[in-house]
Amino acid sequence: MSAVAQGAPQTKPPKLRKSLNAGQGRLGLLLVVPTLVFLTVIIIYPLVWAIVLSFQKDAGLDKATGLFVEGGSAGFSNYTHWLLQRCGETSCPPGTLGSQFYSAFWVTIFFTVVSVTIEIILGMWFAIIMNKDFKGRALVRAAILIPWAIPTAVTAKLFYFILAYDGIANHLLGLVGIDPLLWTSDPWPAKFAIIIADVWKTTPFMALLILAGLQLIPSDVYEASQIDGASRWQTFTKITLPLVKVPLMVAVLFRTLDVLRIYDLPAILTGGAGGTTSLSMLVIKQIRAGFHSAAALSTIVFIIIAIVAWLFIQFGGAEVIQRPPGSKKKGKGDDDTTQATTAAAMVSNTSMGGGGA
Amino acid sequence: MALYSKRRTLTLLAGAATLSLMAAACSSGSNSSSSDTSADNSRGPITYVQGKDNSDILAPTVAAWNKAHPNEKVTAKEQSDQADQQHDDLVQNFQAKSDAYDVVSVDVVWTAEFAAKGWLTPLKGDMALDTTGYLPATVKAATYNNTLFAAPVSSDGGILYYRKDLVPTPPTTIDDMWKDCAIAKKNNMDCYAGQFAKYEGLTVNATEWMNTFGGKVVDDSGKPVVDSPESLKGLTALVDGFKQGYIPKQALTYQEEQGRQSFEAGKLLFLRNWPYVYNLALTDASSKVKTKFAVAPLPGATAGNPGTSSLGGHSAAISAYSKHKATALDFLKFLTSEEQQKFNMEKGSLAPTRESLYSDASLVKTYPYLPTLLKSIQSAVPRPVTPFYPAVTTAIQDNSYAAISLATAPDQALKNMQAALTAAISGS
Repeated sequence: MSAVAQGAPQTKPPKLRKSLNAGQGRLGLLLVVPTLVFLTVIIIYPLVWAIVLSFQKDAGLDKATGLFVEGGSAGFSNYTHWLLQRCGETSCPPGTLGSQFYSAFWVTIFFTVVSVTIEIILGMWFAIIMNKDFKGRALVRAAILIPWAIPTAVTAKLFYFILAYDGIANHLLGLVGIDPLLWTSDPWPAKFAIIIADVWKTTPFMALLILAGLQLIPSDVYEASQIDGASRWQTFTKITLPLVKVPLMVAVLFRTLDVLRIYDLPAILTGGAGGTTSLSMLVIKQIRAGFHSAAALSTIVFIIIAIVAWLFIQFGGAEVIQRPPGSKKKGKGDDDTTQATTAAAMVSNTSMGGGGA
Repeated sequence: MALYSKRRTLTLLAGAATLSLMAAACSSGSNSSSSDTSADNSRGPITYVQGKDNSDILAPTVAAWNKAHPNEKVTAKEQSDQADQQHDDLVQNFQAKSDAYDVVSVDVVWTAEFAAKGWLTPLKGDMALDTTGYLPATVKAATYNNTLFAAPVSSDGGILYYRKDLVPTPPTTIDDMWKDCAIAKKNNMDCYAGQFAKYEGLTVNATEWMNTFGGKVVDDSGKPVVDSPESLKGLTALVDGFKQGYIPKQALTYQEEQGRQSFEAGKLLFLRNWPYVYNLALTDASSKVKTKFAVAPLPGATAGNPGTSSLGGHSAAISAYSKHKATALDFLKFLTSEEQQKFNMEKGSLAPTRESLYSDASLVKTYPYLPTLLKSIQSAVPRPVTPFYPAVTTAIQDNSYAAISLATAPDQALKNMQAALTAAISGS
């Protein structure tokens, strides 16, 4: 609305200004209402409803009739169940979903940190390659993008066969004298199976976003640095890295939030064996056992993701302001900040809906 | 400025109105309990829902019914081939109190959960179903709180596949089977495998080992009693199989198919699996054991007592929200009739729930494993019949997996399983 108000006086003659503004205001309201309704239906309602549900007890069994009865208000017990590991009067024994919360939390963090780190390095590398002019560049670009085009479920099945006990991965390891590994079952191989598949699939996404950033860097900056006699490493650290930082941060934010919600890959590849149950898998398993408790868990996951997103936005924003002054650059930086914030909000909103629903 | 703030108020009001509308809509939605359990004698068209039909028996079945009942036609709906997805699809429909599904096919382990939620029509009184001639275990699995809630349509039990070219007489006890492992070693094969990956199949297999030694997961009143010396013997025997290498390490990743592939490739001496493997091992182009295998009951703890199988299979139940329950009950009787079950066996290899069919000469001729399967199902113990089955199976899977992957000692694993089952069944 503010954009409309600012734009109007500049383009329209002053005489019509008042009536046009009033009309525009009404029109603006009309135009905004569908969006508000839409956002309410798909984001606010599921989110609020999930929180409401999380404060009710899961249905319990009436011993006399053998039928389930509504559990009533639960207070914070669904939350203490997960966070303090309380199963009724005792702490949750191994083999209950409650006891898996912290292992799921840490393994999800582990996947996030390791996958995203590897993806940044590989993605940067791929992007720099794709940004260069050479013969067959189109072919390389297409080849790099193929894994991203394959659905995650299919990727998971592909790696399930590759990493099977009798699969090609163990066969190749055998050639160099390593005993076959239980990729989908043993704790460490299973964790790395998921990281390998995840990195394979999503590095192209990272590379694509970084490439978009690289293409915004004007070539005269590089020419100037060449004239000044900068080494390749200096060019990379002093020019490429600072200038690509904002799109890179957006890419990292997207990927971080993505991995924090990882579900399909471990669900299909390992089924949670070897301690690879992620937080989202735990939510789905809990939904089958009782959804009020699952609502509490998904709210916890949502809060974790929201905190991470907020940290990224704060952190990313701070970095942008510290960039070297200069009116042109500063303006661009501000634009990027707005973009990053909007993008982050969009991602975290999606995760709200996903967590709540 | 004033104009703007006014508009802003308007916007806010509009937003708030939308919100409260939403709230009203959803609260009325969740409070209305107008489940129309209309008269039980109503007739009309109904819908039957089951998992994906892999053997093309659903269409002819429904066609046969529709020909005889032109005014009470059945529409068949196939779900996905994944049990979890079938379960979730049914739950969503029941939660919505939808009358879209009249007769539903339920896995034996879901019956108690659906019944306790009040989603299934009890088969008693006017809706009673005669269960004489059914295998007792299949009826027990369809019964919750002393009431029958579903009609057993198909059954399933574990049997031991063995290489008759290498082992002339199949082992009857687990100790004998371990002795035969020397033969496997000599031929550079793996000895024994079942389903030991961390999924529902592990619940089936681990429970079988504990039941075989006289252990129980829950007693008749539904109380967890798994932490017993008998269960410990069973779990220890299974863990020993892994420790001694009788069961190969990679069996920790085996579901049904991986074990079948290994057996058909001639890499496995003994395989615990369901009857569906029989025809595949006999006819698969890639099978190297076509003429070299036979089936036997699962090996037991002592001679003379074969192993105890877990029970698989499906039942058909009537939704509590069905509007044509009389038709639904007739269709249930039709689905479970002797002729229909014979057809299911002949065309789809679905094991019958009626005992008489296991001695049917023509069936036994085509499916020589039927007498073995009958023994397996006769001694089968249903997995715990409990409305908290999802939590119960997690408790069994996680803790038996910890034991067979040698991360936790069997006695500690059973203590944990007992505690987890107690927590699961108390519903928290």
